[in-house]
Amino acid sequence: MLRYVINRVLLMIPTLIAISIIVFLIIQLPPGNYLESYIAELQAQGESVDPQKIAFLRKEYGLDKPMVEQYLYWAWGMLHGDFGYSFEFNLPVSKVIGDRMLLTIIVSGITIVFTWAVAFPIAIYSATHQYSWGDYGLSLLGFLGIAIPNFMLALVMMYLANVWFETSIGGLMDPEFVGKPWTWPKARSVLEHSWIPVIIISAHSTAGMIRRLRANLLDELQKQYVVTARAKGLPPRKVLYKYPLRMALNFFVSDIGSILPHIISGTEITAVVLSLPTAGPMLLNALKSQDMYLAGSFLMFLALMIVVGVLVSDLALMALDPRIRLQGGVTR
Amino acid sequence: MNPPAIAQSARELEHFVSEAPFDATSATRLTPQQERFYLASQWMLMWWKFKRHRLAVVSAIVLLLMYGSALMTEILVPYNLHTRHADFIYASPQSVHLIHEGRLVAPFVYELKKTLNMETLRREYWEDTSRRYPLRYFCSGDPYRFWGLVDMSFHLTCPAEGATLFLLGTDRLGRDVLSRIFYGARISLTIGLIGIALSFVLGIVFGGIAGYFGGLPDLIIQRVIEVIRSFPELPLWMALSAVLPVTWGPLLVYFGITGILALLDWTSLARSVRSKLLALREEDYCTAARLMGARPRRIIARHLLPGFMSHLIASATLSIPGMILGETALSFLGIGLRPPITSWGVLLNEAQNINVVALYPWLMLPVVPVIIVILAFNFFGDGLRDAADPYR
Repeated sequence: MLRYVINRVLLMIPTLIAISIIVFLIIQLPPGNYLESYIAELQAQGESVDPQKIAFLRKEYGLDKPMVEQYLYWAWGMLHGDFGYSFEFNLPVSKVIGDRMLLTIIVSGITIVFTWAVAFPIAIYSATHQYSWGDYGLSLLGFLGIAIPNFMLALVMMYLANVWFETSIGGLMDPEFVGKPWTWPKARSVLEHSWIPVIIISAHSTAGMIRRLRANLLDELQKQYVVTARAKGLPPRKVLYKYPLRMALNFFVSDIGSILPHIISGTEITAVVLSLPTAGPMLLNALKSQDMYLAGSFLMFLALMIVVGVLVSDLALMALDPRIRLQGGVTR
Repeated sequence: MNPPAIAQSARELEHFVSEAPFDATSATRLTPQQERFYLASQWMLMWWKFKRHRLAVVSAIVLLLMYGSALMTEILVPYNLHTRHADFIYASPQSVHLIHEGRLVAPFVYELKKTLNMETLRREYWEDTSRRYPLRYFCSGDPYRFWGLVDMSFHLTCPAEGATLFLLGTDRLGRDVLSRIFYGARISLTIGLIGIALSFVLGIVFGGIAGYFGGLPDLIIQRVIEVIRSFPELPLWMALSAVLPVTWGPLLVYFGITGILALLDWTSLARSVRSKLLALREEDYCTAARLMGARPRRIIARHLLPGFMSHLIASATLSIPGMILGETALSFLGIGLRPPITSWGVLLNEAQNINVVALYPWLMLPVVPVIIVILAFNFFGDGLRDAADPYR
């Protein structure tokens, strides 16, 4: 069992290295770099460029060195918590993104919990009441959740919140907490503000999860051991809780690998529409203005979130499912 | 027993023998329906099974209609993609009436009048019911070049001379939203098809290599897939489309975006190809083909793939909606397709802020065809998958 855990954790390292190479290539792909466009912009405005600062930045970030060296420098820096320099904000990247990444984690985390809390009971209801009106209604709702792009949902919700509750739902906390250190009132304010984004973001993944879990549970309910349990005279509720539900639970945990990328994507685009202080809007800007280290750090961070999330779900699955636990490190 | 005893018992056992001529196949003869079923090809069986899935059939018809309309957009819509009406900016949707002064008449519209509200500084549109303008059918209106080849001006419906026909309102340049939605269908619908074709090829090639050869190629491809799947789709799409050079023309950007969507989508297809091939390559017919000297490419493409092609097509159909949504999201954010190319996402880009929702809600209407297409592809794909599954 310990071997499986160690194996699984060690496997993350090459994955992360590959991810960092891809991220680096992507942010390097556009012709030119931020410094060049920055100089051009300043010159176009007729301002003089401080050649010393340019030379300093060029040297500091090794922009004059070959690609491989630049990559190694960047990757080495990240291991030490130095994510590079944001040219647009004139600050080290770690200072710019710290709070935003925390908020991204918080919003995604709440969304996952919400998705589970909503999808689980609904899927059980739909599977046990197959082809009832409730099942049809919930399925329709689920399909709508899949089909409506969440940025439109965000726009409409923002409008409705404005009309009905006369509150603005942009932002994630009361204005007085912005830029302040974390305290209990601030955390509460974030929780109060995050419910609308959470509903919007989770719409898609909840709908998907309900469909998959329902199909899975329906398969289990037709199996022989359920028939046997019924024939023995177990009450239906106990049959459900004792056997098929536990089988479906495994799937429930492993499914996080497929909903997590969706949730993070959803968080980003919803954040752009609602202008939430999470990674999304800033990543978009950084990509547009070629602020390469900022964009690279965001991409790296989001990918890391998924890798860690999948690791956690794998470990949880190991704890739950004896078939994996007993096989040790030879899965797959 | 001795021979006379046998002869004795045979005499005692007199039994009935029918005089009618005997037909050896009569006992196992199939009804014509059964015969048709057993002789049907695999695709025929799938078609019969698919027909039973009502929702999927309806979705297939909806999709056919939509793709059909994309073929002759110019004829179906009253205006051209870029026709501007400077006098009718942000006009609200006009309705078609059938009843005039209590009598049923041919479909007509009232004149659209505009006043500037001096308090809110908004243009307010209202119908002047004093005059009615019947619609014209099979008429000549805005000239266009059909499929970029033939100069034509034929339209299914046009407004009457001097009148307007904005069934879904106009946008900030006075362009008819309905016409633009129809034109947008061309781009939005094809981007899913081209994208899936690309990812289908990628998935089969890489999945085929991984599954058939195993060993090191398999290990490498598996790791690559894992790395690609560790990225959240949208941010990576965003990053890649930000990389597309700004000097590219609209057509190149279109293919660039399609390529980006396909680049991240092939992994699930490759995985299912791989797992099927891993099982199938041990089959006897595969060994036979190999012993006869067939090359790997022929074995994979000729002997192994057809065995689960239907299943692959079904799962590919199910990933088209994701691509359409992806393009819509990218264009909505302003880093996907750019005008003059018009997709539903580009149209929604105009509906980006809350003012639009409050003041000009009809600009959000391009989301309706998006929802319809996504739903239709989902149901259609579900139907296909059930039909392709021999165990259901």
